[in-house]
Amino acid sequence: MILVWFILIPVIAGILAWVVAKWSHSLTRWISLFAVLAAFVLSVSVWIGSLGLLKDSALNTWLFMFEKAWIPQFGVSFFLAMDGLSLLMVVLTLFLGVIAIGCSWTEIKEKVGFYYFNLLWAVGGIVGVFLALDLFLFYFFWEMMLIPMYFLIAIWGHEHRVYAAIKFFIFTQACSLLLLIAILALYFLNYQKTGIYTFNYLLLLQNPVAGEIAFWLMLGFFIAFAVKLPAFPLHTWLPDAHTEAPTAGSVLLAGILLKTGAYGIFRFVIPLFPLAAVEFAPWASLIGVIGIIYGAVLAFAQTDLKRLVAYTSVSHLGFVLLGAFTFNEWAFQGAIMQMVCHGLSTGGLFFLVGLMYERIHTRDMEEMGGFWKIAPRLSGVGLFFSFASLGLPGLGNFVGEFLILLGSFQKNVPLTAVAALGVVAATIYSLWIVQKAFHGETKPLKLADLSVREMSLAAVMIVTLVWLGVYPQPLFDTTRMVVKSILSLEGLL
Amino acid sequence: MSFSELMPLLPMITLAVASAIMVLLIAFCRSHNVAGFFSALSLILALFFTLNMNALAPQEVTALFYVDKYAVFYVALILVCSLIVIMLSWLYPGLKSAVQPELFVLIMVATLGASGMVCSKHFVSFFLSLETLSVAAYVLIAYLRVGRAYEAGIKYLVLASVSSAFLLLGIGLVYFELGTLDIGHLSELMARHQGMSLFVTAGLAMILVGVGFKLAVVPFHMWAPDIYQGAPAPVTAFIATVSKGAVFAFALRYLSVATNHEYGKLSLVISLIAIASMFGGNLLALLQRNVKRLLAYSSIAHAGYVLVAFQASGEMALQAVAYYLVVYFLSTLTAFGVITVLSNEQYEAENISQFEGLAWKHPLLAAIFTVAIFSLAGIPLTAGFVGKFYVLSAGIRSELWPLVFSLIASTAVGIYYYLRVVVTMYHLPGREAEASESRLCLSPIGCAVLSVLGLAVLYLGIYPARLMEIISQAMSGLI
Repeated sequence: MILVWFILIPVIAGILAWVVAKWSHSLTRWISLFAVLAAFVLSVSVWIGSLGLLKDSALNTWLFMFEKAWIPQFGVSFFLAMDGLSLLMVVLTLFLGVIAIGCSWTEIKEKVGFYYFNLLWAVGGIVGVFLALDLFLFYFFWEMMLIPMYFLIAIWGHEHRVYAAIKFFIFTQACSLLLLIAILALYFLNYQKTGIYTFNYLLLLQNPVAGEIAFWLMLGFFIAFAVKLPAFPLHTWLPDAHTEAPTAGSVLLAGILLKTGAYGIFRFVIPLFPLAAVEFAPWASLIGVIGIIYGAVLAFAQTDLKRLVAYTSVSHLGFVLLGAFTFNEWAFQGAIMQMVCHGLSTGGLFFLVGLMYERIHTRDMEEMGGFWKIAPRLSGVGLFFSFASLGLPGLGNFVGEFLILLGSFQKNVPLTAVAALGVVAATIYSLWIVQKAFHGETKPLKLADLSVREMSLAAVMIVTLVWLGVYPQPLFDTTRMVVKSILSLEGLL
Repeated sequence: MSFSELMPLLPMITLAVASAIMVLLIAFCRSHNVAGFFSALSLILALFFTLNMNALAPQEVTALFYVDKYAVFYVALILVCSLIVIMLSWLYPGLKSAVQPELFVLIMVATLGASGMVCSKHFVSFFLSLETLSVAAYVLIAYLRVGRAYEAGIKYLVLASVSSAFLLLGIGLVYFELGTLDIGHLSELMARHQGMSLFVTAGLAMILVGVGFKLAVVPFHMWAPDIYQGAPAPVTAFIATVSKGAVFAFALRYLSVATNHEYGKLSLVISLIAIASMFGGNLLALLQRNVKRLLAYSSIAHAGYVLVAFQASGEMALQAVAYYLVVYFLSTLTAFGVITVLSNEQYEAENISQFEGLAWKHPLLAAIFTVAIFSLAGIPLTAGFVGKFYVLSAGIRSELWPLVFSLIASTAVGIYYYLRVVVTMYHLPGREAEASESRLCLSPIGCAVLSVLGLAVLYLGIYPARLMEIISQAMSGLI
């Protein structure tokens, strides 16, 4: 039942926030903050409580399960379950949910009630994606998180918001429909084999699809997740959506929405079609490496700071794709680490860009410069997140990228060597941000330094990133069993 | 023939008697409210008698009608849709002021035709029902008697007559070769023939043209946008739902008759029509700035989706069609309902610019319209998603890959124009506009009716199990 609460708290609070906005905007904000904070505290307490359980249990244990019949005619049930991986993702989602609410506090002045409604429903939908283990339910949440996200971009975004929102929606929706076909085909294949109509992940897992059809189904799942990730040729929605979204929208998009793609690969693509995934692995890795380099090169070419950060996501998530298709423990753990740290560091950068835009109303780096003298706190935070993004040792991103490269080195040396260039490129563009915005000639801009609220939000993210960089063991303990159970699948090693 | 034999047709008899009484009533009391109330009452009564019909099914009523649970389901669906259309017509400002209560009689007569068609098992009863429906529809479309409505009415009259001519000739050719008008016997007779007879093939093709026209599928779709635009919004809703639904229900029941044998090649034609409709409808809708025209093209695409389920085989296909039709009707009625409520006495809210910023002027109505549009686009949480899911399941189960992929691709195209309508509603007003921004005052009854419809769309999207159960019971007798 606790799993249902993770979804229900934001969903109910969203409706409540919308209703009370009629009387008081600040009450709306406090309700939203309180609800997500409560859910976050709940998730952390679950995490701490189950850390011992996660460490020394047998393979493939689910911490919690919740199942209730939904559409019995189709074999659809409301089936939620949580293991280490989904637990981690839920904690990250709710953490960034708190940050997102915090950074919209003063930015959003219009239609406040509807804004927080959408924000909270997006969080609820994403949590649902991480918890759903019935494929129909998963698809349901997968789409449900898009609608509020679409409204967030289309209503509160920047100049080209309508274009960006529609592009975002069509890209993800079209590829989700491929996912739907693949899910249905899997469903009917399973019926032919077992005579049971079911979308239950655990049951489907027991009857793996064999032969050529498995490859096509895998591809259907993979493409849907690759769009979200985003992998190289399917990434073009991302720079637009990220750039045009309001700050909280960008934080949610970069921080967690992209992770649903990576999560889908770990949860569905590899376990459901292990042989096909192995067959496809060289191509997937190649796509990942192309993404790493391509994203980094394009990032360097941007003058719009927000667009630059958006392209770095393409680069960072390329590492995740590479890691996910490397099939060893280092790379898997590294990819999961990278998912979490990218959420924090890029979320932090978007947060910062949002703050700057709120103050100076431009995102053009040509118009920035010399912020260090006027706003030292802001610049210091900026420096930190840039370093995190370039993978400075001692911060979480370093651990993730290092492990991915370590893992993939054992599989494919040339590809790893090229991927490692991405780290170098990351250094260039990160330092470029620091140089352009914070140093150099001081531009005559009015830039207030960070307020207490903003500073404390940044501090939380900074502390977490340092913690993950110095002592990542709790994270590895959390996901070890999941990783091991995936690796123990037939045909993967 | 005793009266008890006719008992299963009680809903239709109710409608016929009520229409006759209403004609007299209107002669003495020309009141919009009284006529609206009386027609709604008689539809509710007819709906009540479907329970009786359900208890007696399956039963053959004379040589012309066959009442089974399948027919009962569709009659009930048609009656519910008509009831909603009557409520919308009652709310429609352009009619309220004109006081022309004959409109309600015409809607009831058209409903009578539609219900008759669903039960018919004979070409004669089919054709009679179809004409009852169509003739009432000509008048309904031109009812407002302004230029555009005349144009639409005449267009429909000419084109529908041509399609009826095709239909008649087709029926004649089939009769010439096989010697029966009883559709139930056709299957046996066709099986007895060796090879394909030219007359039967030509006849079936012509019947297909006639039916295709009524369903507004590509390439027989040309009339739809003009008629949708020209007719008053509630009448458009009627044409889009009741008149199409009846033809779908009839066609689906006897499609297997025509395609089971060597005439199966016809099913290839239907597949092509489905693909052309899905792409044609969705692509043409991209360019529209008029919401009613946009919904017309969208309805062409939706007819294509339903045809995908037509092509699938087995019970699942029947269920998918039924579910999809329910969902599509509800969403369409909701969408046209919003247009109805937003219209004033002179103008209809049909231009997309009239929806600009609606979400801030009247949040409830905008929310309802959003739900309807999302449902038409097939996005989860709304009934449209479950409908599309059902159709896709049926298609994938029968391994109709080209149709399935066409459905996916055209749906993706379609999302663009649906979203454009939604985006317009949520457009934040500029500084200048804000000063003049006023909250719209609309009829509370209209809002209540639409809220119920909108909630129904959400309910069927979140908890579809109950309706699926009803449908599977209704369809189980057919195979």
